Amino acid sequence: MCTYLTEKVEMDGSGKGASGWFALSEATVYFDHPVHATAEHTLNIDFRNPGQGPSARVAVELTAESARALAAAIEATLASAPPGLV
Amino acid sequence: MYDATMAETITITGHGGDRIEAYFARPLGPGPFGGVVVIHHMPGYDEGTKEITRKFAAHGYNAICPNLYTREAPGASPDDAAATARAQGGVPDERLVGDVLGAVTFLRGQPNSNGKASTIGYCSGGRQSFLAAVSLPLDAAVDCYGAFVVGTPPEGMPLKVGPIVHLAKDLSCPLLGLFGADDQHPSPDQVAELGKALAAAGKPFEFHSYEGAGHAFFAVDRPSYRPEAAKDGWGKIWDFYGRYLAA
Repeated sequence: MCTYLTEKVEMDGSGKGASGWFALSEATVYFDHPVHATAEHTLNIDFRNPGQGPSARVAVELTAESARALAAAIEATLASAPPGLV
Repeated sequence: MYDATMAETITITGHGGDRIEAYFARPLGPGPFGGVVVIHHMPGYDEGTKEITRKFAAHGYNAICPNLYTREAPGASPDDAAATARAQGGVPDERLVGDVLGAVTFLRGQPNSNGKASTIGYCSGGRQSFLAAVSLPLDAAVDCYGAFVVGTPPEGMPLKVGPIVHLAKDLSCPLLGLFGADDQHPSPDQVAELGKALAAAGKPFEFHSYEGAGHAFFAVDRPSYRPEAAKDGWGKIWDFYGRYLAA
């Protein structure tokens, strides 16, 4: 199925795409058919900067299990950062 | 039989007079040939869809696949273009109809055309094929597992799609529907509801639902590919087009 559901999140940071580093302005998150991964559905994230054109994009397609592990790792990493840094 | 074909990227006039990119594949024989507008799925104007377009040419049809994301992402790779279009809410229905009309007009204007034209679409394109067939005068239409012809999309969904089953009364041509029995978008109940609406409106249609197949069973490069369903489905398409679209 196509879920069509898409979450959009504002981003402040940088990503490295096909043409090198660029500033990120948003990320879209959706669970749908992947372009490349060999799973029927994946959690897809497009880190983007639409102001720099469609190719200013870093894409990942993760299995649901991988995506949850990533989300947990991000939270754990941020939680363990020394006080005052985050 | 002379079987040469030609496939190339061209520019056609779409909705609002916009010039849009399209992939055009055609037999080089004198014809006359029917025309097929291939409506790509949400992942865009990609290699798989171009392969489908060439397949129609190899079977004796002029086929064209408009790049529905030309405006959002001119010249971008198909996956980047699809990501951009998704973030912007997808293709508006009115624009889709205008782009398909441009493609149909182009096909009917070919010197080897028999004057007949059809749409076929996959996934989101399945819904758009139905939308085109209730909006434009066509000779045949094929809906491959199009979601949200019936059924309201989840709340908060940013894409600009809504149910269009109420337009069944405006269907201009015979409709072939190919679905996976394990699909939930559209679900078997939604397929049945669409069939009921078409029957009530007295419209010609034939639906086939394949057991053991879900969404995107035609997609040869995805795990959803179901060879038996896809082979039978292609057979149904050739039979349907043979009746309604061939010379």
